[in-house]
Amino acid sequence: MGTQSHLLSVIVFLPLLASGALLFLRSEDHVWIRRTALTISLCEFAISLRLLLSFQMGDATYQLAEYSDWIGTAIHYHIGIDGLSLFLVLLTTFLTPLSILCSWNSIHENVKGFFLAILVIETAMLGVFVSLDLFLFFLFWEMTLIPMYFMIGIWGHDRRIYAAVKFILYTMFGSILMLVAILWLYNLSKTVPNGGTFDLPLLQSYLQRGVIALPPQTELWLFLAFFLAFAIKVPLFPLHTWLPDAHTEAPTAGSVILAGVMLKLGTYGMMRFCLPLFPGAAHRAAGVIGVLAIIGIIYGALVATIQPNFKRLIAYTSVSHLGFVVLAIFSFTTISFQGAIYQMISHGVSTGALFLGLGMIYDRRHTYEIKEFGGLVNPMPVLMAFFLFIALSSLALPPLNGFIGEFLILIGVFQFHHAWAAFASSGAVLSAIYLLWSYQRVALGEVTVEKNRTLSDASARERVILVTVALAILFMGLASPLFTRRMEATTDNLVRQTQIEGAPQNAKSPARIVPPADPSAGNIVAAPPSNTSHARLVPVAEAQVNP
Amino acid sequence: MPILDHLWIIIALPLLGAAINGLLGKNWSKPVVNAVGIGSVSLAFFSVVEAVREFSLLSPDQIPWIRSYFTWITAGQFKVDFALQIDQLTVVMLLVVTFVGLLVHIYSTGYMAHEEGYYRFFAYLNLFVFFMLILVLAANVVLMFVGWEGVGLCSYLLVGFWFLKQSAISAGKKAFITTRVGDLGFTIGILLTFWTFHTVDFVAIFQQLVGKPAEAFAATGVLTAISLLLFIGAIGKSAQIPLYVWLPDAMEGPTPVSALIHAATMVTAGVYMVARMNPVFSRAPFAMFVVALIGALTAFFAATIGLVQTDIKKVLAYSTVSQLGYMFLGLGVGAYAAGVFHLMTHAFFKGLLFLAAGSVIHAMNGDQEMGHMGGLRTKIPITFWCMFIATLAIAGIPGFAGFFSKDEILDAAGSGPHANLWFYWLGLIGAGLTSFYMFRLIFLTFFGQPRYDEHKVHVHESPYSMTVPLICLAILSTCGGWFAAPHLVGGTDYFERFLHPVFAAYSVNPGIEQGVSLAGAAGSAGEIASSPMTELFHALTGWPVIIALLGLLVAWWFYIKSPDTPKKLAQSLSGPYTLLLHKYWIDELYHAVIVAPLLWISTNILWHVVDEGAIDGTVNGVARGLRESGGRVREIQSGNARSYATWVVVGAAGVTVLMLVLWTMVR
Repeated sequence: MGTQSHLLSVIVFLPLLASGALLFLRSEDHVWIRRTALTISLCEFAISLRLLLSFQMGDATYQLAEYSDWIGTAIHYHIGIDGLSLFLVLLTTFLTPLSILCSWNSIHENVKGFFLAILVIETAMLGVFVSLDLFLFFLFWEMTLIPMYFMIGIWGHDRRIYAAVKFILYTMFGSILMLVAILWLYNLSKTVPNGGTFDLPLLQSYLQRGVIALPPQTELWLFLAFFLAFAIKVPLFPLHTWLPDAHTEAPTAGSVILAGVMLKLGTYGMMRFCLPLFPGAAHRAAGVIGVLAIIGIIYGALVATIQPNFKRLIAYTSVSHLGFVVLAIFSFTTISFQGAIYQMISHGVSTGALFLGLGMIYDRRHTYEIKEFGGLVNPMPVLMAFFLFIALSSLALPPLNGFIGEFLILIGVFQFHHAWAAFASSGAVLSAIYLLWSYQRVALGEVTVEKNRTLSDASARERVILVTVALAILFMGLASPLFTRRMEATTDNLVRQTQIEGAPQNAKSPARIVPPADPSAGNIVAAPPSNTSHARLVPVAEAQVNP
Repeated sequence: MPILDHLWIIIALPLLGAAINGLLGKNWSKPVVNAVGIGSVSLAFFSVVEAVREFSLLSPDQIPWIRSYFTWITAGQFKVDFALQIDQLTVVMLLVVTFVGLLVHIYSTGYMAHEEGYYRFFAYLNLFVFFMLILVLAANVVLMFVGWEGVGLCSYLLVGFWFLKQSAISAGKKAFITTRVGDLGFTIGILLTFWTFHTVDFVAIFQQLVGKPAEAFAATGVLTAISLLLFIGAIGKSAQIPLYVWLPDAMEGPTPVSALIHAATMVTAGVYMVARMNPVFSRAPFAMFVVALIGALTAFFAATIGLVQTDIKKVLAYSTVSQLGYMFLGLGVGAYAAGVFHLMTHAFFKGLLFLAAGSVIHAMNGDQEMGHMGGLRTKIPITFWCMFIATLAIAGIPGFAGFFSKDEILDAAGSGPHANLWFYWLGLIGAGLTSFYMFRLIFLTFFGQPRYDEHKVHVHESPYSMTVPLICLAILSTCGGWFAAPHLVGGTDYFERFLHPVFAAYSVNPGIEQGVSLAGAAGSAGEIASSPMTELFHALTGWPVIIALLGLLVAWWFYIKSPDTPKKLAQSLSGPYTLLLHKYWIDELYHAVIVAPLLWISTNILWHVVDEGAIDGTVNGVARGLRESGGRVREIQSGNARSYATWVVVGAAGVTVLMLVLWTMVR
């Protein structure tokens, strides 16, 4: 234990623990509540940057892993990161200070509770990304819901109750299915001698080596139970209708977190659980999922185009953009996987930034109705210039970040299925339509509503936010190899794990089953962290495929 | 070889100018903005000149000269370097882009002198040059796409430069979106290219083509597919049928923008791209046929619309669409060099026509209607003479730049190895129409009696900052074609010979390709095998010349000799006239068939029926069902956060209980 680095634990729990400091402040002391929250989140971001130093490129194992007993023999505190979760962790710690900063003057009621909620969400989301134990994962997963639910329900706009209930109903429905699947998996693992575990790498190795025999039908049901929970979160068409309501009613910070990070919990889950645990079922379901993703891309874009409410419009664009990610995940190629991860980050920054900009407009006018705007570039040239820049990144203009993600996805998907990529490409045309048209109606032309004539341009605080996201957009666009090279080992590994043409037969053949050496928990604890990871398991899996 | 090793300097200069002016220029005086804007482009021009000098010293096996600076994208096998390349084709484009770009920058200091957002204009213009240079210097197709999209962005920003004017904003948006429709083809073309060749580098792609027999690809039709997809991109960017509709609208932008972006450079990007990808296109005969077909049809079709336009810039816009059609016709019949030659001469004379039109508009205080002009010849003589020379050039009057390039294209279409008489005649008639509408423009604008109120409009010649660029371009419009002059007397076409390596290096059959590119010379020389004088006589009395003069004559008859004729003709042929005047109602057709249905379906079917009706209806129905069975539900919707929180706690507790139940079950 002593040799383990606790960096990850520190990163995960710092916001939660430090948020305790807020409790000592008087509820009316808004200034210090904000400052404290901002300081915490900035420290958190700074510490999380250390991950980049510690992270080993080319290593497909879970890095910085921590493992210790927790509840009984089955449930462990097991966390770690790989090329998939590394940047999602960084995205979370990057967006949290921005969402705190953007709420500076827009929250007036129960300020303490609000910033507390943001920090709790941060810990919960980070926990989801690093958990390697299904029980721990589920705990964090549920933990993200409650504060977000409050955020919409308490600090939201007019129809906040409806939106919050819809949000919770949708996601709870998925959660319950996932819970059943998790328990089912646990139950299956008990058939292994000394088994009975929630440990993800261990379960994965059982499944890959055929230690746990999973009839195709069962595999499909388990896959679907996980997938549905994640698909709701993404959200995949036709499970998306909670999103526009949640976004429209949420406060700006809520939308930034929701679009920036929370939606990625879904796509992350697909890549972390659905694919490696149930590759056979994933392949079988890919046809349907791919079509739904394409429908989502086109449908989300078309419905976005005609929205009269600007925030709702941006919300629908997420349906479209994340359709790309889902499509990429179910194309099973290295390039599409990297594109998917990159696009998750990129969408987090760009759409997060769109909501930040929108929030600044809302703070001034308290409406999102497009017809209430018009000619906003006249009173606020700086803000609207940044807004255009962000919109351009969102419509995948090279060399900005959105282009890299979308293009990698298209290249990768094309290797798997030509027509999918061709249909998905139309998203680029549609995004130009909805973004430029809405920008025209909001920003360009003469000022059409008299009230807007006197609006103030971006303040110093807002400029800090805008410059930060603009630099992030530019940096991601120009320096994409810094990201993709760190994903490579993980995505290659994922490709190997999902290459299972004919593998179910192998799994059924009893002669091929290699009994686990000694799957007792003690053995694993004693081993160095990397031993609990894929690297050791991959060769075995390969040997399995080529008898 | 300093510059050739540091090709990035060429593109960095305008970027720097754009950044400096864009970020800091707001509070600067005009001379400072000018110094940055013009300074950066002129430095870029001089570095291009130096690069060309160094390039001329390279040995043939060093060409294309490629320099890779860093890896921009990498994922699995897919790798895109920030790599720049220079070969003969790039040299032509570099010189055209930076030189015409420089002239337009200088011109703009006069034209835009009284505009708001002066610094912004120059920042956009510099940014445009930056992206255009990336486009032509790119050593792989993805980096080329970066430039391609980047110039589209600048076009959006510059067309909508007057952002208070709804028509200008809409035009900018239309330009961006329409070209993006074409880019859909380009994108899929790139995907297919990478899938086929496992690389996106031009040289690596072309080497694979040479390494394998054409039949290897012909069987799958993959080269045809790639070519056609890429060509869809070119159709969008270079405003060909059916995506040309954005270009006439783009005239809403300031006139220098029309000259640089919508005449000389950006719209020719499609031509450049096809020429760049010539090894692929040459192996796809059907795609070549389509390129020629679209080119010929557009050349003719757009010219017919140009006949009746009354806005001076609209005439030039349709003329540009038509001339781009000629370039594609040239490429499509295998005369790549001729297509690129016309690209260059067109950059000179059409750039000049737009700048001169800008000078006219400047003189008329912003009025663009030719119906309000007349008799300007003596009032603005420099503008008149420059515009007149450009008109001679575009009409194909012997001796001027356009004559040589258009002649070569028609020659290849009429008698080259891929000749097609239909295309030849479309091009030929188009040339006659071109001559007519251009002289119509000249006569309506500069001849006859003034039709404006001379007390209100004080016509004045433009300042030197505007006239000097006009004169420079007038000289080029005259001499720009003389590279090909010896060809008239059976000699060498130096332009073709210069570009020959680009189009021969990876050709299907080097012999044939050479034959194509030198078709005019070899073909006619072989047939007649006579003295240079007969050659010259033959060229000067060919159909293109006759038909150009015919166009001039008719224009003279209609607008000088008997000015009532057009009106009478319009009355007697009111059907065709109305059709042309309304541009065949293509915009209206697109709106009715594509835009309106899409918006209607999105609103009424997708949003209201599918989203709100079917999906939400189901969800809410389920929720209501649960609620009714649960009883006391009204209180949930009280809107009171506290009672609401209680509800969550209850819910969470419920989930926990459920978990425990399941827990005991699985144990």
